[in-house]
Amino acid sequence: MTRVRRWLPGLLLVSPSIIAIAVFVYGMLGWNFKVALTDQHDEISAGSFVGLENFTGIWSEERWGLSVRHAIVFTVVFVAGALVLGWFLAFLMEKGIRGEGGFRAIYLFPMAVSFIATGVVWRWLLNSGTGERAVGLNGLFGYLGLDFLQWGWFRDQDWGMAAMALPAVWQMSGYVMALFLAGFRGVPEELRESARVDGCTEWQVYRHIVLPFLRPVTLAALIILGHISLKVFDLIVAVSGKQIITDVPAIFMWTAVFDSHDPAKGATIAAYIVLSVCVFVVPYLIWNARRGDRT
Amino acid sequence: MRRRWMAALAVSLTGLLTLTACGSGESAGTGGGGTPDAKVEVFSWWTGPGEADGLKAMRAIFERENPGQQFVDAAVAGGSGDQARALLASKLNANQPPDTFQGHAGAELQGYIKAGKLESLNFLYDELKLKDVFPQQLIDQISVQGQIYSVPVNIHRSNVLWFNPSVLQEAGITSPPATIPAFIADLEKVKAAGKIPLSIGSQWTVVHLLESVLLGSLGTDAYNQLWSAQADWSGANVTKALTDFKTILSYAGTPVEDWQPAAKQVADGQAAFNIMGDWAYGYFHNPPDGGLGKVSKTDFDWAPAPGTDGTFMWLSDSFTLPKGAPNRDGAVAWLKVAAGKEGQDAFNPLKGSIPARKDADKSLYKDYLEWDLAQWASNKLAGSIQHGVVANDAWRAAINDAVGLFQQDSDVAKFQQSLADAAKNSGQ
Repeated sequence: MTRVRRWLPGLLLVSPSIIAIAVFVYGMLGWNFKVALTDQHDEISAGSFVGLENFTGIWSEERWGLSVRHAIVFTVVFVAGALVLGWFLAFLMEKGIRGEGGFRAIYLFPMAVSFIATGVVWRWLLNSGTGERAVGLNGLFGYLGLDFLQWGWFRDQDWGMAAMALPAVWQMSGYVMALFLAGFRGVPEELRESARVDGCTEWQVYRHIVLPFLRPVTLAALIILGHISLKVFDLIVAVSGKQIITDVPAIFMWTAVFDSHDPAKGATIAAYIVLSVCVFVVPYLIWNARRGDRT
Repeated sequence: MRRRWMAALAVSLTGLLTLTACGSGESAGTGGGGTPDAKVEVFSWWTGPGEADGLKAMRAIFERENPGQQFVDAAVAGGSGDQARALLASKLNANQPPDTFQGHAGAELQGYIKAGKLESLNFLYDELKLKDVFPQQLIDQISVQGQIYSVPVNIHRSNVLWFNPSVLQEAGITSPPATIPAFIADLEKVKAAGKIPLSIGSQWTVVHLLESVLLGSLGTDAYNQLWSAQADWSGANVTKALTDFKTILSYAGTPVEDWQPAAKQVADGQAAFNIMGDWAYGYFHNPPDGGLGKVSKTDFDWAPAPGTDGTFMWLSDSFTLPKGAPNRDGAVAWLKVAAGKEGQDAFNPLKGSIPARKDADKSLYKDYLEWDLAQWASNKLAGSIQHGVVANDAWRAAINDAVGLFQQDSDVAKFQQSLADAAKNSGQ
């Protein structure tokens, strides 16, 4: 009885959220996978089980290959860009400059803006007009006499998605900075001192003492950025809408469901998005669980 | 802690106030009928300037003629109705239809028709003798196996070539091009003069361009046949049309965000030509902020898209009767207003479109709309692709994909193949 009294109130307290998550997250995920395994290619028919046909068939579609390529380019540029910039900002702040609080707030502010609002502003900044018609960043280049830097931004066929990652880098690097700053501050000063006493240069202190300490933070940042990146939808809709030139899986999913009225295809793409996020998240969870065992 | 309570109190009070405000607004709308009123939920995406005013004018007529019915405006904002249609699809799938909803007349409604979500309106067409007042070709093109499922309220024209007269003059062009080869020659002249020959916007505006080029290159009968059972998308004439499309596209400027900036390039004298539906007229002509405040025939001018003179490529907003409408009588009453001469003549001058009826009051339609009305009365008809007349949603989405990919690789053979596949897989 006393044992029950110990765990029952806790269970009652969390059970609403357990039930809600079971139904609305895992239940819906399961339903989505179920639809993805059928041939329900319009909204009326019931659809019958076809196994993995949708999952293999989609690779023969040119648009799918393109959207996957776009997602990879976007992810690489966005994650690398935000990590490097965030690390660099934290590195500068770590030295304890005057007015640090103010800088920290300024760098963090973009996080408070939604991707939609960011997208609307950056659509103008990334305007593809050049020469006389240049506005936004191209206009700035023109004004500075750097006309050779003007290009099509997100309308560039090969590297447009790299340009599309810029607003995302702008938005998220402040957050990465905050993570890294906490990491930097977590390095005990005594360790640095003793390294210096042992004759390390300042660079070697960073290389051998501080950076190893930042590894868990880097991993956490990588996972957070990675899953945002693979699901990216709102930013792209706000900048360019539903166009092939900036197509990513989430946009493809939207047109498959609402324009082509093809639930099975939409569910297949959604399943692929979930799986690709799992590639990031599951190793992290395993790693975390192991670390939890050790401590 | 105390401040947090204050905040919570303030929020809940505001919520209560808005609730009561809504409530009183509704009861004010019912008027003094005495009997409990039946509500008619009219679902549309008419929220922009002009179109919302037009809807209001029709609503006034509806409320005057049907004192027992209460109009509930269920408009959902957002451009060409993307958001509205997504919401509508989920409502219909949940079998909670509005009493009547807006949809593009033609193939766009086919999904709903096949799913058995719509009631045939033949009874209404017979009762109001609508087959006599709408053009026969229009009736043919919106009928599905002899049944008509919607009432067209307005007509827009898709195949309009907008141009800047002074840019044309500078380039040595005396009159707007009448054929596709003449158009290409003129594009070359403008290019030589250093202006953008043809302005384009985002991907859908290129699909819009494609439909006018297909019509102009193939001719009306061959174009209309593409959407029939005898369609041949692999033919040499389609190859020719798509090659023309490729040539024309090679003269296009850098794509801008949407159709308005593309039209603005023409109005500002940066570009010579733009092919866009006639909603561009309101944008050119209306005073700022709603439009650019340009003078018709001086700052901008129009002609039928090259090779399409004598053919009206139409699209139309229409209203439907969903099966299981909670207030069917009210919905039918609304459809009667939407189909009627008074309703259409109230709505269209405000929206910037023309009535589908042939007996409209011509004096209400000025300048572009006057020309438009004359064309509607005399031209052959062809249906628009991008605006839901000839191709169902799945087909239209496939064409959009093909155009998007073609913009990247300019491969005509592959483009034609994917269009042929799209036609085959559309299930239409």
